[in-house]
Amino acid sequence: MSDERDEQAPEQPAAEQAPENVPVAPGTRDNPARGVRSGMFGVSGSGDTSGYGGLVRPTVFPGAAERPYGGWFDTVADGLDGLVEGVVVHRGEITFHIRREHLLEAAQRLRDDEALRFEFCSGVSGVHYPEDTGRELHAVYHLLSMTWNRRIRLEVTCPDEDPHIPSLVPLYPTNDWHERETWDFFGIVFDGHPSLTRIQMPDDWPGHPQRKDYPLGGIPVEYKGGTIPPPDERRSYN
Amino acid sequence: MASTGATDRGDDLYAPGSETSQGRVFTVTGQDWDSITEGLAEGEEAERVVVNMGPQHPSTHGVLRLILELEGETVTEARCGIGYLHTGIEKNMEYRNWVQGVTFCTRMDYLSPFYNEATYVLGIERLLDIEEEIPEKAQVMRVLLMELNRISSHLVAIATGGMEIGALTVMTIGFRERELVLDLFELITGLRMNHAFIRPGGVAQDLPPGALDEIRDFITLMRKRLPEYAALCNANPIFKARLVGVGHLDLAGCLALGISGPVLRSTGYGWDLRKTQPYCGYEDYEFDVQTWDTSDSYGRFRVRLNEMHESLRIVEQAADRLAGLEGAPVMVADKKIAWPSQLAIGSDGMGNSLDHIRSIMGESMEGLIHHFKLVTEGFRVPPGQAYVPVESPRGELGAHVVSDGGTRPFRAHFRDPSFTNLQATSTMSEGGMVADVVVAIASIDPVMGGVDR
Repeated sequence: MSDERDEQAPEQPAAEQAPENVPVAPGTRDNPARGVRSGMFGVSGSGDTSGYGGLVRPTVFPGAAERPYGGWFDTVADGLDGLVEGVVVHRGEITFHIRREHLLEAAQRLRDDEALRFEFCSGVSGVHYPEDTGRELHAVYHLLSMTWNRRIRLEVTCPDEDPHIPSLVPLYPTNDWHERETWDFFGIVFDGHPSLTRIQMPDDWPGHPQRKDYPLGGIPVEYKGGTIPPPDERRSYN
Repeated sequence: MASTGATDRGDDLYAPGSETSQGRVFTVTGQDWDSITEGLAEGEEAERVVVNMGPQHPSTHGVLRLILELEGETVTEARCGIGYLHTGIEKNMEYRNWVQGVTFCTRMDYLSPFYNEATYVLGIERLLDIEEEIPEKAQVMRVLLMELNRISSHLVAIATGGMEIGALTVMTIGFRERELVLDLFELITGLRMNHAFIRPGGVAQDLPPGALDEIRDFITLMRKRLPEYAALCNANPIFKARLVGVGHLDLAGCLALGISGPVLRSTGYGWDLRKTQPYCGYEDYEFDVQTWDTSDSYGRFRVRLNEMHESLRIVEQAADRLAGLEGAPVMVADKKIAWPSQLAIGSDGMGNSLDHIRSIMGESMEGLIHHFKLVTEGFRVPPGQAYVPVESPRGELGAHVVSDGGTRPFRAHFRDPSFTNLQATSTMSEGGMVADVVVAIASIDPVMGGVDR
């Protein structure tokens, strides 16, 4: 499997934007594949002779960028010195990967440092990568500096077994409902949130519906016991 | 404990009163308020009442539930209960291809469908790296539709806000003008709401013949009608008495709570993404960012009113540009992304163009395969994530779009301004009168379809 990953040509647009950014090759520790896609038509063992059924494509997200990132990206990176796990520059947007134990300090600096002044937080968005072992749950924050007219993204991860991330509500009160929503849909526990309760789903709802492993319902058809399978079990392109 | 009035109606099958550990629960159904005042006089905390308002209440802007703690008529605590309109749109989008996602997200904030579509589509286009290749006409049409949409959305905001304080004329004239905008939408996209018209790579189809004339007529009419709102409301003593100083939230409060849009601009800070981080070519239009400096509901009303005039200016410029772009493409040239079919009016309404069907069925096997693959499978978007917010009528609306290289979104999360702005309810209404809660919420202009998604 790892041989196939190495052979796969990486898609690294970050390198195009800044030629000096030599990206880390995919399949390495710094930029592992987050899942593998095989076949093309969503079926296997069908006697498909087209050859497409044998396709194996690792899912490799844009790799880490190297300094200089270009423009004001470096100013912000300087401000976060020592707290950043990795930086991704992709399509003109910069993402700072930050370990959860550093999140509060990073956010404090981003908000209060006069050279940074990210005074506006656009909330948090959860993403569940079941294949990203040990970092399954991601919390993505979009911060906006109105003073400097800059926008950055923070990405914090936590493993499924220990889904805890510190709450940003003390720094950005706007995250109150956003963190409740992410808890509701992904099961990320935001430590320090004043009242982390469900917000969209009913209070007694079991499970966290936006997770990739959340079981989807099929639709029973009242004809000879037939059922329309749930969407994730239907045949579909992959 | 004497039970009178409403609780005597405890035999009401659907709404009985009851005793709970938190105190006595009254269910008032109209004409029986005496029962509460009498019931309260017995207790120790005679003045403290917790009122549940909504989720089915005409003044809550949709299915919003408010839990108000009152002392007399003063609100000491206000909390929102939301989620009554949650339909799992974000989850559904993960099981449809990228183009089909537009059909889902247009239904989120149903008063500003074009903005939902636009932010989602702009995110996809950034991931596809085709931002520079979107045809000019598609961009101008997006701007035209978005600004018309801003007018219709602000009209509803003002209309429903007026209705909630008893100004029914404001409501009727607001909906009258909105109808004109919806007629334009119907002419251009075929639908009054839920258009799914802005597609990755451009827009679904070209302007129909005669659309520009209709738009110009609309502009002329609105130039006459918009001042009527100002004449009716701006200096109206009753209107001002209800709005001035109500729902106060200053700039620091707005930034802490992540409030954007007219509420933020009513504090005097002219932050508008159309100016500061332009998208869809907004840098080419002349318009002014409208602000007010009172930080209250009245200021937000005036900001919305003025923004409609600015939107009209943009619509006029867009219409002028469209006049010079007749016959120009409205979809990206890349045939791996552009929807292959061409729509045309047939004897039974809008459908696939007969010429196109004839060509792929009779002349080109490859064309047929291409059409089939693009419609059933869709296109693949390179792995990555993008966030391209737009200035919706309610503030910063952004879609966090994540792709894992597949034909469907890996995750699409919408940062809806209604959701965020609604958090200001407590700050705006605590310490005020219970009657002002409704005014404060109307000044936020939340749309529950966007809040709950």
